[in-house]
Amino acid sequence: MTATSRPWRRTLRTGLLWGTGAVFVALVGLVEVLQGKEIITGVIAGGHLLMLLLAAGAGLSAARPQAHRPGVAVGSAAASGLVAGLVVGALVALASAMPLRGMFVAASPELFAILSFGRGVAALPWIALTGAAVAAGGGALIVLPRAIRALLSAMIGALLVIGLLHEQVQLLLQADRLTPLRELVFSFEGLTPVGALLIAGVSAAVSGLWQVQRPRMGARIAALPPQGRRRLRLVGMLASVLGLLVLPLFVGPFFSQVLVLVGLYTLMGLGLNLEVGFAGLLDLGFVAFFAAGAYTVGLLTTGTDLAVASLSWWSAMLVAVVVSLIAGVFFGLPVLGIRGDYLAIATLGFGEIIRLLVLSDFLRPWLGGSQGVLGIPKPVLFGFEFRGPEQLFFITVGASAVIAFIAARLRDSRLGRAWMAMREDEDVAQAMGINLVNVKLLAYGIGAIFAGVSGAIFAVMVGSVFPHSFSVLVSINVLALIIVGGMGSLPGVVVGALFLVGLPELLREFSDFRYLVYGAALMAMMILRPEGLWPSAAQRRELHEEIETVPPGEMIEAEEV
Amino acid sequence: MSVAIPVPRGWWRRLSVVELYLWAFRIAVVVIVLWGTTGTLRAGRYTSEVWIDFFVFGLSQGAIYALIALGYTMVYGILRMINFAHGDIFMVGAYTAFYAARALHVRGLFNGNPAFSLAVVLAVAMGVSLVTALLVERVAYRPLRRAPRLVPLISAIGASFFIEYAVRGLYGSGYQAYPEFEIFKGEWVLLGIGVLRTQAVVIVASLLLMTALYLFVMRTKTGTAMRAVSEDIEVAALMGINVDRIIVVTFAIGGAAAGAAGVLYALVFKQVHFFMGFYPGIKAFTAAVLGGIGNIPGAMLGGVFLGLFESVGPILVLDGLGIPAPYQLKDVIAFTMLVMVLIFRPSGILGERLAQKKA
Repeated sequence: MTATSRPWRRTLRTGLLWGTGAVFVALVGLVEVLQGKEIITGVIAGGHLLMLLLAAGAGLSAARPQAHRPGVAVGSAAASGLVAGLVVGALVALASAMPLRGMFVAASPELFAILSFGRGVAALPWIALTGAAVAAGGGALIVLPRAIRALLSAMIGALLVIGLLHEQVQLLLQADRLTPLRELVFSFEGLTPVGALLIAGVSAAVSGLWQVQRPRMGARIAALPPQGRRRLRLVGMLASVLGLLVLPLFVGPFFSQVLVLVGLYTLMGLGLNLEVGFAGLLDLGFVAFFAAGAYTVGLLTTGTDLAVASLSWWSAMLVAVVVSLIAGVFFGLPVLGIRGDYLAIATLGFGEIIRLLVLSDFLRPWLGGSQGVLGIPKPVLFGFEFRGPEQLFFITVGASAVIAFIAARLRDSRLGRAWMAMREDEDVAQAMGINLVNVKLLAYGIGAIFAGVSGAIFAVMVGSVFPHSFSVLVSINVLALIIVGGMGSLPGVVVGALFLVGLPELLREFSDFRYLVYGAALMAMMILRPEGLWPSAAQRRELHEEIETVPPGEMIEAEEV
Repeated sequence: MSVAIPVPRGWWRRLSVVELYLWAFRIAVVVIVLWGTTGTLRAGRYTSEVWIDFFVFGLSQGAIYALIALGYTMVYGILRMINFAHGDIFMVGAYTAFYAARALHVRGLFNGNPAFSLAVVLAVAMGVSLVTALLVERVAYRPLRRAPRLVPLISAIGASFFIEYAVRGLYGSGYQAYPEFEIFKGEWVLLGIGVLRTQAVVIVASLLLMTALYLFVMRTKTGTAMRAVSEDIEVAALMGINVDRIIVVTFAIGGAAAGAAGVLYALVFKQVHFFMGFYPGIKAFTAAVLGGIGNIPGAMLGGVFLGLFESVGPILVLDGLGIPAPYQLKDVIAFTMLVMVLIFRPSGILGERLAQKKA
């Protein structure tokens, strides 16, 4: 209502909101850390870029309701940018008037030098004008035709990603033949201006081509006979398998390490997906099974005094599978009768009990207490030692492939249907003749096996097992990744793991802000796209149907059943 | 069509494996508790003064849990959701108290006029926590009120991370030491029992706050509306109650109580840290469940019980079992209680069977 009747008020509010956001980002320390990262050498660094992006965001959101009137849209975008700039300027002025550092650790002189372009309070009009100009640019995006907007966002996106990850990209381009290209595009600190232009051009070209070609390609694939389509899919799958197999040769140990970690979380995600996504059993103590697998392998293979036996990794892993299955069933038995949120809290409690027990002095003689189990040897197969991440990558990929296959077959099996029936309504499922006890215990047991395999690989990857690796944060991470990927969707697990595990690992230097961004992303995701990045078809239908068509009253009733 | 199903005679034949397992679990817990307790008592290693100290410590700890638990229980009663970020709202209260106390300390007011400064610290911390709670509600929960259950839970986990790491980024990642009130050092002797002054202050302050809150919910019009919404949200809306406003009030009161709990916690433990809200949060939720979630007196009772068990339990039970360093396992006792309550009596001490009916 106020949106249409009082546009000025709305613009002012947008500006204040984004300005406050900018102040928060600055005081939290993100701006200063990002400023250390040159995006385009000598032109712009991360901290300034972040502030400019926020200004552009202010412009975008101020212009959106006025999109049908270009002049007004750009005008209100500029006004909101001005307001946001004034808020940031007020912070600079405040900081010069009184020391903020006693309270805010990030409020250093360097931060205010960044914010004021090194000019101090005198820069106030500059800050406001920059904000207005950039916001006007952001607002203009709304007015532009769709195709140009797509081109521009592809360019900006590519520049941002490659600029932020330039070290990692440069690592990939280490080969001698590629050196001229690398030196053309990258400097030691970031992109060169030439490289930036090059990347912008290439990404614009690719995006343009994609826009033109996509409808045509889609039509051609749709015109293929079913046999041809199947062949196409097969070729695609073979290509991706081949690609995965040669990947570690190209990417080197650092990326392999990241990929192994992504693979381990994918394994856990597949297991939890089976419990939460298929069977609807919300489990926040999932890390206990991961720990069971890791400790089993640790105790059975270690060379230290804690050793129970000295098996090879391969046979220890089989034992770990059995142990985690038993752990899953024993864990599931007491909580059979608990539902919903209560189940989440009960499992969280279980997970913490196990971690605290392992950590305590009480079990130290058997499990090593806080020092954990050390000296786990690497697996050897036919004389080939899986020494580092590049070799362990193969084990991880192999295990993930096998387990994803099992999960897919389970989903389409009788058991999978029983799980989904139970997820929708336990009472009805029971009335249809599903044995809830068996089905639930199978969900816990099989899910636990997947996590146990993941733990077994984790143990050799790290070479030791500590209780600190099994905090409740791991369980929450796994839950978040299957939800971000899309509940009940198998490709979604991989996508979620790449985004929530892979990306933060690559951005290690910002690790202090990892969970800050992560928390914000979880909230934004739930509000904007609750079905996840790669949802299963049923999930997508369900979430959108429920939100759009069911009136609120019925919704509450349906939940209370 | 009626078919006579032969019912096996004798109750033992109807016992399933699951029930047997649960019974074994129950019996094992009871046996362990009894064994440990008799072991400790027979050894007689602790004097009655030690027991009283632990008891009073448990009471003050429990009072803090109870204050936090109020927020959980009220929000759950109305929205049927676990406000996972509530522990962090408590943490924000403690941080605010730290900065307010330090500002007063620097000016010499902190020890010069303790009653006034404690009131100021409480007011500021409660205010900031209240605002934080409202922000969380506005940003993370309100847009999702009609979404399926899991969605707000994840959003709440996101909010929790966000608050924790925002505080870490703003104020630093280390432990910050809290200034001490000179007047609260030492002990008061009541009825021949020495009680640490801070603990007495904590108990009295939380009793006052809880009484005020109880009166608010039971006697005022807004409180009545809150109870109505918690009883049945739709009917309450039909009766002309502005449900949105009541939800905001609920979050505000819960946030303020958590802020006060933060001040008291900082008084006892004398340090603040950005991750300090996590465990008290989960334990306060345990307290809320223990008392029967959705039930305000239940949350108070549950908090006190939990505090007592946690403080007395390790030496009473675990010491008698010959477990080394029993105090390391005090959280295990809390979580075991949580799991046991959820398994065997999800309705809690005072509550109705919410878990079956509404979950």
